[in-house]
Amino acid sequence: MFSLLTDKLEDAFRKLRGLGKISESNVSDAMREIRMALLEADVDFKVTKELIEAVKTRALGEEVLKTVTPGQQIVKIFSDELTKILGDDAAGLDLSQPSRILMVGLNGAGKTTTSAKLAYWLKKQGKRPLLIALDLYRPAAVTQLQVLGQQLNVPVCVPAAGETDVVRATRAALAWVEQQGAGIAIFDTAGRQEVDDALLNELKKVRDLVKPGETLLVADAATGQQAVAVASKFNETVALTGLIMTKLDGDARGGSLLSMRQVTGCPVKFIGVGEKVDQLEVFHPDRMAQRILGMGDVVSLVEKA
Amino acid sequence: MAGFFKSLIQRFTKPDIDWDDLEAALIAGDLGPRLSLQIVDDLKDQARKLHGADIVQVTREHIRKILPEAPKPLTRLEGKPKVVLVIGVNGTGKTTSTAKLAHLLHKGGHKVVLAAADTFRAAAVEQLEVWSQRLNIPMVKGPPNGDPASVCFEAYDLASKTGADFLLCDTAGRLHNKHNLMEELKKIHRILGRKDSTSPHEVLLVVDATTGSNALQQAREFNKIIPLSGVIVTKLDGSGKGGILVTIQQELGVPTRYIGLGEKVEEFQAFDSQRFVEELL
Ligand SMILES: Nc1nc2c(ncn2[C@@H]2O[C@H](COP(=O)(O)OP(=O)(O)OP(=O)(O)O)[C@@H](O)[C@H]2O)c(=O)[nH]1
Ligand SMILES: Nc1nc2c(ncn2[C@@H]2O[C@H](COP(=O)(O)OP(=O)(O)OP(=O)(O)O)[C@@H](O)[C@H]2O)c(=O)[nH]1
Ligand SMILES: [Mg+2]
Ligand SMILES: [Mg+2]
Repeated sequence: MFSLLTDKLEDAFRKLRGLGKISESNVSDAMREIRMALLEADVDFKVTKELIEAVKTRALGEEVLKTVTPGQQIVKIFSDELTKILGDDAAGLDLSQPSRILMVGLNGAGKTTTSAKLAYWLKKQGKRPLLIALDLYRPAAVTQLQVLGQQLNVPVCVPAAGETDVVRATRAALAWVEQQGAGIAIFDTAGRQEVDDALLNELKKVRDLVKPGETLLVADAATGQQAVAVASKFNETVALTGLIMTKLDGDARGGSLLSMRQVTGCPVKFIGVGEKVDQLEVFHPDRMAQRILGMGDVVSLVEKA
Repeated sequence: MAGFFKSLIQRFTKPDIDWDDLEAALIAGDLGPRLSLQIVDDLKDQARKLHGADIVQVTREHIRKILPEAPKPLTRLEGKPKVVLVIGVNGTGKTTSTAKLAHLLHKGGHKVVLAAADTFRAAAVEQLEVWSQRLNIPMVKGPPNGDPASVCFEAYDLASKTGADFLLCDTAGRLHNKHNLMEELKKIHRILGRKDSTSPHEVLLVVDATTGSNALQQAREFNKIIPLSGVIVTKLDGSGKGGILVTIQQELGVPTRYIGLGEKVEEFQAFDSQRFVEELL
């Protein structure tokens, strides 16, 4: 439970004790520290504000202020609250028939790598994954998925040579999936910015054809204040069913996950903790909450693969 | 996007300054809470002289002063290739930016050689190879999972032999907290130094404009391993404002040199601080 934040809060309260009675107004110092911690963890500005308002009354209750360690108590309350927002443990995937998973997100977020990771994960469960390359834009994006598929010994559907129309490629891919018989098809799409209407429209068309059971937004742990716009725009466009946060093996606190969870209401399905295919883990909201608040050693929060 | 900025400016037209609103706008641009607060405090000190309608302009000017006037262009060296090392965390846009920079230099009449020193990620070499073919710029690669330092070493020979002006080395993405990967980068640096003790002459960190506060941490750690000579901020065509570049400049003194504005090779420009602050706020 000890952290820089806790220490700072204890300091603030120690100073206040010297002043005699603790009133609500001078506790605002403590709230400022929490606010700073959340913002530095890249939690959205508005989400931070709402969170602080909501928790303030509870945090400032008599019991907290009377305890020997009010700072720790307040951090605990915040940590519980964040855990609640982040949702349940291990949301699992909806693999009811037809089982199709659509991967979407910003450029470079980790969609292709995560597609391969999911294929590996499914394979380990004795399922039959299929990988479908639908990124016609990024140079060698198709090759990237092919290489990963080969490593995993998972069939990969590639667009016809010279294909430039994603909708046509999607139709061809669906026919291919049909031929493969049973299997869980993972569709890897091109990265796109959420302000690019043309590319979003294209994604919508792909989604309407694929009719995925799961549409997963893949997001980088280091995402900043753009997170709310990204999550809400992708959600509006393709109706997300889940979130995956990648690169949590880094030291980004990942506060944007809180914002994305808030605005989409979608559960967090997995987290990525490395470049290798087996570095995908189930999500633990309590650990994530502590990470966002900067509590404990970030690295130890990541399970060893 | 213009509509958004206009509405922001209209928000600040009242004679009284809404400091909270200004702080919110700065934080929304990923300037980080501390720098945002500091800017607001600095401006509050001059509050009596300020009118609500001017505040956006004043804030822009305040931020612009933190940034250098104009970024240093990449100039060639006499009689040997200038070596540019492109580094950064995973997925920020290193390979694309390397291709873009090569294109820019090539168009400027320079002879360029590319080194595909990401030997790790699936199809990373193929990705740069596509660019090399499209742009008609020679590229040196090694065996899959080979040693990235030796790719750079060999590429230097080709650049030197063919009288190239620039050697651009694309490296694998690596998180700055991965000790082994950072050591690998040190090795690339060391090996290049064997060819020319002043090489690499430029070390450019590629930062994604979507990144929040972690970008500063990235810059700090990479800068410890190899002193950075500049930053390339990518994906500024999205809604990420890249405000973190201000913090990187302020804390580390590392200037932003180029920006990426799309996936196409020509969507790349020298950094312009005036334009940046106008888009930021
Ligand atoms: N360290 C780390 N790297 C990751 C993780 N997930 C993906 N990456 C790396 O991030 C980079 C980008 O991954 P990709 O899978 O190519 O991302 P993408 O979203 O498919 O990219 P585009 O298709 O270009 O939009 C690669 O270097 C991956 O190895 C992760 O969990 N941890
Ligand atoms: N919209 C936009 N996309 C960009 C920009 N620069 C790069 N990208 C995209 O971002 C994704 C990742 O780019 P790469 O160049 O592969 O990134 P990288 O840093 O080399 O990735 P790794 O080598 O895997 O670490 C690709 O989809 C690129 O097309 C940019 O300025 N704007
Ligand atoms: Mg991809
Ligand atoms: Mg690359």
